[in-house]
Amino acid sequence: MLIAQARYERDAWLDWSWVADRWGDTVYPALREHLILTMLTMVIGIVLAMPVAVLAARKRWLYPPVLSATGILYTIPSLALLALLVPYTGLSRTTALIPLVSYTLLILIRNTVAGLDAVPAEAVEAATGMGYRGGQRLLRVELPLALPSILAGVRIATVTTIGLVTVTSLIGQDNLGQLMLDGFGLRFRTPIVVGTALAVLLAVAADAALYGLQRLSAPWTRTKPA
Amino acid sequence: MNLLADAFSWLTDPDQWSGSTGIPARTVEQLRYSAAALVAAAVLALPVGLWLGHLRRFGQVAINVGNVGRAVPSFAVILLASQIWAIEEWPLVGPVSLFLALTLLAIPPMLINAYTGMSEVPDDLRDAARGMGFSGMGQALRVELPVSLPLVLAGIRISTLQVVATATLGAVVGAGGLGRYIVDGLAVRDNARVLAGAILVAALALIIEGLLAVVQRIAVSPGVRRTDVTRPAGRLSGSTSSAS
Repeated sequence: MLIAQARYERDAWLDWSWVADRWGDTVYPALREHLILTMLTMVIGIVLAMPVAVLAARKRWLYPPVLSATGILYTIPSLALLALLVPYTGLSRTTALIPLVSYTLLILIRNTVAGLDAVPAEAVEAATGMGYRGGQRLLRVELPLALPSILAGVRIATVTTIGLVTVTSLIGQDNLGQLMLDGFGLRFRTPIVVGTALAVLLAVAADAALYGLQRLSAPWTRTKPA
Repeated sequence: MNLLADAFSWLTDPDQWSGSTGIPARTVEQLRYSAAALVAAAVLALPVGLWLGHLRRFGQVAINVGNVGRAVPSFAVILLASQIWAIEEWPLVGPVSLFLALTLLAIPPMLINAYTGMSEVPDDLRDAARGMGFSGMGQALRVELPVSLPLVLAGIRISTLQVVATATLGAVVGAGGLGRYIVDGLAVRDNARVLAGAILVAALALIIEGLLAVVQRIAVSPGVRRTDVTRPAGRLSGSTSSAS
């Protein structure tokens, strides 16, 4: 990533002319890569967490060991987990994805199990009475009722991931974190400020969008008719 | 070549266990940065959180601080903080930037849990305390605080773990700590050192998590002990605020 610096005000916290000049070749690609890595993380995280959570909600003895294992993963600092993998998977997107995904698991599994636990027994009984069986009852009755809680977990995990993606710049991932790191290396404040502002904006926008989805997923909590 | 064996021989090399860049010195650095930030954050966040929780007011403020704290990456705060000082080559830029960032990181979990703990004290307990003649302050400190202690301690525990983990990133802006092995190792492509550093940081985090669990168990009165205080008790508690 190139940041020509001589022409810009290095002491200013934000030099708009740098942003204008570098939007196309530096800032926007970093933002896009940040978004791609976040979305990949969330999709893989959800695909892994859902079956485990459903199984743990059914077979109760599985839940404590699942919580402990994901809890230990969650406790290991991100830079350590990234560094552990570098010798094996290199400075690659895979190396970035493994820790990012593993941090989403605890949050996603816990919220999904809590959501499934909170499904009223009467609803399950009614569904059974109407002839729904195992998998079908799960997909059409239980999971829809648990969806608001699941989405609450997705919100927390997404916002956390957007922050953690910045750290993956230390293993060569070109995202908003790399923008900040370049600014730091060049003693040039603008890229750090721009990278931070965009990361925060991205997190706020993702949170708001998922909040909207969460509201839509629980029409029974809305008092006014839609 | 076997990387794990290389990392192991790096870790067991006596040279790595002495001097100002040895493992003990780096561990102490990491813990010192963390302790300084945690004390500063506790002084700022706990009185405010406890008092607002006692008053049961401004709960929205606590929620918002938590949300903002989650949305602002610590990595960004460390790099931004390092730019506040224009003094070239000031040796304390790294540690001071890290201190600022870690303090900000530690505030939300403490504030949110202190608020939640105090505001969720049952009404009948508060009424009983008032009936026994406690003043507002006495009621807060001698009845509500002991009852809310599990959540308050859980908040301190979450902050501590996040701060110790994030202190690793200080190496990026020139602070010491165990992160040095990872950051320097990555810079010179010394995989054994990177791996050894990662193992040390992970071990430190897991040990501290274990110690805090024990401290929490001892400190909380058996009468108010909950089955799992790190689980969110309400929508306010921030047990999953953010990994780092």
